[in-house]
Amino acid sequence: MTAAIGTTAHSVVEASPRAKTLAGTIVIFYAIVTILPLLWIVATAFKSQSDAVAYPPKLIFQPTLEGYVNLFTVRTRQTPDFIASLPPAATWYDKLVRSHDMVIAGPSKVVPRFFNSLIIGFGSTFLAVLLGTLTAYAFSRFRIPLADDLLFFILSTRMMPPVAVAIPIYIMYRYLNLTDTKIGMIILYTAVNVSLAVWLLKGFIDEIPREYEEAALVDGYTRLQALRKVILPQAVTGIAATAIFCLIFSWNEYAFAVLLTSGDAQTMPPFIPFIIGEGGQDWPAVAAATTLFLLPIVLFTILLRKHLLRGITFGAVRK
Amino acid sequence: MSSEKRSPVLAPRGDFSDPKAIAMSAVNLPGTPIEGIAVRTPVRAGLQIAKYTRSLSDRSIAWLFTLPTVALLLAINIFPLLWMIRLSFTNLNLSMAYLPLRFVGLDNYTDVLTDDDIWDRMQTTAHFVVSTVVLEVVVGFGLALLINRQFRTHSLWTTIILLPMMLSPAVVGNFWTLLFQPQIGPFNYVVSLFTGIAPNSFSMIGEVALAPWTIVLVDTWMWAPYVMLICLAGLRSIPDYIYEAAEVDRASGWRQFWSITLPMVMPFLMLAVLFRAIENFKMFDMVNLLTSGGPGSTTEVINITLKRAAFEKWQTGYSSALAIILFVTVFGAANIYVKALNRVKQR
Repeated sequence: MTAAIGTTAHSVVEASPRAKTLAGTIVIFYAIVTILPLLWIVATAFKSQSDAVAYPPKLIFQPTLEGYVNLFTVRTRQTPDFIASLPPAATWYDKLVRSHDMVIAGPSKVVPRFFNSLIIGFGSTFLAVLLGTLTAYAFSRFRIPLADDLLFFILSTRMMPPVAVAIPIYIMYRYLNLTDTKIGMIILYTAVNVSLAVWLLKGFIDEIPREYEEAALVDGYTRLQALRKVILPQAVTGIAATAIFCLIFSWNEYAFAVLLTSGDAQTMPPFIPFIIGEGGQDWPAVAAATTLFLLPIVLFTILLRKHLLRGITFGAVRK
Repeated sequence: MSSEKRSPVLAPRGDFSDPKAIAMSAVNLPGTPIEGIAVRTPVRAGLQIAKYTRSLSDRSIAWLFTLPTVALLLAINIFPLLWMIRLSFTNLNLSMAYLPLRFVGLDNYTDVLTDDDIWDRMQTTAHFVVSTVVLEVVVGFGLALLINRQFRTHSLWTTIILLPMMLSPAVVGNFWTLLFQPQIGPFNYVVSLFTGIAPNSFSMIGEVALAPWTIVLVDTWMWAPYVMLICLAGLRSIPDYIYEAAEVDRASGWRQFWSITLPMVMPFLMLAVLFRAIENFKMFDMVNLLTSGGPGSTTEVINITLKRAAFEKWQTGYSSALAIILFVTVFGAANIYVKALNRVKQR
């Protein structure tokens, strides 16, 4: 690092070519090391059961879709005689499963869990962004008594450890019959996300010059028309970025999900570790689920790149 | 801003020939009264609403827009918190909810604070928080300095480095258990490749001496990019002319780093430390899946203890008291820290 800093003496705005190469090499090395665990997950999903737990671990292996098939199905072990007596396998996955002396007994729970994640994620994101936009607009454009205290209050709700919050929520939801319901989880995630939404969106709306709105008001627009036709179109990128951050939070959330859901409303994060085969975790299937689960986030990260900094600092740092 | 984007402002009121716009305007008509619009609105019912909503002042809009959020937070955060404060003075145990609820005064608090195990877990948590924050700052700041050299393709590699922090800590924690398996996981083989230690001679998750560092390692892998991103913003906020002036004064690179770069990045760095410290004090998901507190209780951060007391032993009264103590700790520490942060900013 010292060497790299020393080179600033030559040029301040532009680093010297040698310094650049050195910096680039170190950063690229770090990036490759950091991505390897993720690549290992993706690769494990294409391994057979035995390859996944091979000793020593295998770098080169015969790729198979077994992990994905196991993820989506429930199978039972049968005698070869019984399998021989069945009508010939209709599909490639039937064939694959039968080659391991098993037959498919039905679909696994992964699809309902995936839909739970989607419904709870999108539901809470929609509500949080809706409430957040209105509140952020109010904080940005009107004088609200004790605005700073209110904003701090909104942020502070996010500082509480989720396990601690879950204790009274668990009891409250039992009274309200909201335990293990999608509605309950949507409400809870909305409450957690709304603080982020307010803070981020306030930043975005603050950046829209007031003159636009004032011009609209002079033109005869009412406040709400001005909001709808001037502010919202200008804030649309910010709203989209905020929505993606809320979605990522709900998608990734584990503590509330594991403590407050057990079946009907269970999302993917508490479900994935419990994908088990014969004798422990079914690693290829777990890896397949992990891959499918993480993939949208990777795409979102690339989409969000420009707004990432704001999102993770509640709008405290803008580029 | 492009003129295209501004067009709604400049658009003539012809907009209102659109029936949808009329309906919207009728519902939304408040504030600055422009007679023309309401009169021109052909929808009679709309006019009624318009008359009603015209009385909506800016102040009522402010209230209307703020109240739902505040109400939601009161219902989901504050009311439960108050309830929990009440429960923390009781003997409630959810697995024996048939027992009469008895108020026990401050007993739960004294139980928590005199429990050696709790202090032990707090130390584990402190070790975790301090180690991760230090490592993440060193790695993150270092990476930011390097990326700030703006070598070619730096943007692509930065995005790749940022990936881990966006992923679900629970799912990632679960998967690292495979990577850390002594015989079938690749991690030990990589270590063995560089050090020559036999890959099956140690277990990152199973050994008392290694497990606390394992959770630190995974957390650093996930969150060093977070510090990096914030530091990068700090570095880019330093105007070039300051360095140019330093050049003119023939300040060495080392001197420039200590007198320009570091002080200017400091507020950003401290913000990153604040966020990371709070987040890691709250740590539950990744550690729960990676080591679930083991071996023994060597990696049992305080939130895992809390979860066990509240959701396995169902000691609701006791765990409420512990939760309140944790709240106070976070808020207290955050407040002191923010004050320090402001002092640095003013300098």
